[in-house]
Amino acid sequence: MTRTLLTGNAAAAWGARLARIDYLPAFPITPQTEIIETVSRWIADDEMRCRMVMLESEHSMLTAAGAAASTGVRTFTATSSQGLLYGMEMLYTIAGWRVPLVLINVSRGLSAPITLEPDHNDILAARDSGCLQFHCATCQEVVDAILIAYRVAEQPQVRLPVIVNLDGFSLSFTREPVSLPDDETAARFLPAFRHDAGEFRGGRPASKAVAVIGGGAYSYFRYETHLAAMAAIDAYGEATRDFEQLFGRRYPSIECYRNDDAEISFVMIGSFATKAKEAVDRLRDAGHKVGLVRPFMLRPLPEADLRAALDGKAGIAVIDQNLAPGRGGILHGEVTSVLYGLKTRPAALLSYIGGLGGRDIGVEEFFQIAADVRAAIASGATPAPRLLYTQSELTDMRKMQAVAHVEAAGEELAS
Amino acid sequence: MTESQFKAARDLPSNHLLGSGTAMCAGCGGLGAVREVYDVLGENTIFINAAGCMTLLSVYPFTPFRGSWLYTAMASAPAGAQGVRDALDIRLAQGTLTKDEDLQVVVLTGDGSAGGMGLSATSAAIDRQLDFIYLCYDNEGYGNTGQQTSAATPHGARTATDPQAGGLPGRKKDLFAIWTANRPAYAATALAAEPLDLARKIETARDLTGPRLILTLAPCPTGWGFEPARSVEIGRLAVRTGIFPLKEYIDGRVVHNRIPHPRLPVEDYLKTQQRFAHLFEPRRDEKRIGEIQAAVDAYWQEVEENNA
Repeated sequence: MTRTLLTGNAAAAWGARLARIDYLPAFPITPQTEIIETVSRWIADDEMRCRMVMLESEHSMLTAAGAAASTGVRTFTATSSQGLLYGMEMLYTIAGWRVPLVLINVSRGLSAPITLEPDHNDILAARDSGCLQFHCATCQEVVDAILIAYRVAEQPQVRLPVIVNLDGFSLSFTREPVSLPDDETAARFLPAFRHDAGEFRGGRPASKAVAVIGGGAYSYFRYETHLAAMAAIDAYGEATRDFEQLFGRRYPSIECYRNDDAEISFVMIGSFATKAKEAVDRLRDAGHKVGLVRPFMLRPLPEADLRAALDGKAGIAVIDQNLAPGRGGILHGEVTSVLYGLKTRPAALLSYIGGLGGRDIGVEEFFQIAADVRAAIASGATPAPRLLYTQSELTDMRKMQAVAHVEAAGEELAS
Repeated sequence: MTESQFKAARDLPSNHLLGSGTAMCAGCGGLGAVREVYDVLGENTIFINAAGCMTLLSVYPFTPFRGSWLYTAMASAPAGAQGVRDALDIRLAQGTLTKDEDLQVVVLTGDGSAGGMGLSATSAAIDRQLDFIYLCYDNEGYGNTGQQTSAATPHGARTATDPQAGGLPGRKKDLFAIWTANRPAYAATALAAEPLDLARKIETARDLTGPRLILTLAPCPTGWGFEPARSVEIGRLAVRTGIFPLKEYIDGRVVHNRIPHPRLPVEDYLKTQQRFAHLFEPRRDEKRIGEIQAAVDAYWQEVEENNA
């Protein structure tokens, strides 16, 4: 095991290398491109044995990935944002093909307006695709998540694609110390690709993704995909137990930080949750019992673990780095449904939108959120979802609007 | 090149690998071509299918294929072929597959995907010199959804979305020219109504590596409006009127396999189909018929000049 400084993108490339991938269909997109460039250099320098092919779109890239996995090779691919959406048809399709592969998504906000910076609307658009989802908060997690993802994906009772998500910029381009597993231990954790009887080969005819007529057959196959995704909960538990034994790092499906005795919990996913950790420390210093709950595995949703982390709390603030216009935060809806029906469920469950398009979430905002939750607990009234935005951001925006000659400014946002 | 095993009609394959009783329409010209392609290529073939009529060949739990099948989507069948071909090559190199477990990879697509949303994936597969056969059954419209206008619909044809007098004002996309401009290993036009020509072309394609196009005209009783029994006759008329040239691109050159002599007037072909009936009833549309004839004449004149 060696310790080195790596960007999130380099960590993703190392994860692929340690997983001994056979095949990488690729297409460039910021902020993901460094991953495929890194692997291509390793292939050129004979440091990695892998076939890489450039496709002309993410839609084709995901088709090739699924088709190759159906033919029995360990397949890896990566995209971001618009690319994930361009390939969306095939995300649902390859989940239905029941093929194990790993797709990296480097999160980036969606158009329009077009941006390069991170939020989670891209990855959450894939929430219902049937692909499993792991959400990383550090570069170390990126390497480890890829190895764990292959272990889970290749289990016969699962056989589904896994999307490993890391945030653009804040992880993709940020160097952090990473412990790299050595090849032998990585191979002990993740053995050679697990072949399946349905793979394409001469002399063994197989039909995949044939049409069905009638809801009975359709529902059967769809239910199978759901049950396979649910089976990933146990497969994940087993894989992470082995992982901890070999590497000493724990990967509970839900990370809890100073949450056991917390009265108020923040719920967040991804690298911005590290900002929440810092805020939790500061709030604790100020005498407030606050903790953080961060789902690492979002699909399948580990409901029991999430309930255990949140049941009995006085109040919760879900901070969504995404926005479903006309509804609010996507994660907020997930958390609400998990808690519904519990006798000791938190009285206050507040929703915040922040971190869109890379917008920072300041520690003072976490203090404000905690104060809101305390007020809601005291009053018994839950405020409407809040869109985080500061007065200085609004002032800057007004200046830009003046430059752009916007005649009538839009409605004032709450500061 | 070695001599063809298909010298006369009696040499045509009689193995009948494709099962009967499929959901295709009676008289489907596309199915006739698929049948022969399969017989020549054999069981160790995987069809990578794009959304279209032929998607209904394999409906759970039945399939007429003795080999393998993968339905992809409308836009990306060539990318599916890429993934399968690459994975087979990886496994052959690893030694986890033996040579006799290798597969011939064939994209099976209609003209709607081929000339429309599948064109980008097809073009890129040619760029990459993907080793695959691209089998297009061209019935000149989105047949599976009731014959709406596609990129392959010919000038003057009426479709479900061009029902106006005069039919389609646009022109048919030249898929063969798009392919050959990018120097594939092989490209050919063919049709089930000329089985010997088709068998020889599949045979040639089979024994080459790289991107290979077999573009078949697929007379479509339901989409074009004719009795299923006339499918072969209409296919032959497409050739004899010069509307559908039989040709192949090999070693960097286009060769016409049959220059129709005498070339029958296009109306002999047009009159057989309901989609062109408006050119003759209630009165002859001399302008439109003349345009179609002129385009065919110009094509063959250029061929003759090039051959001279």
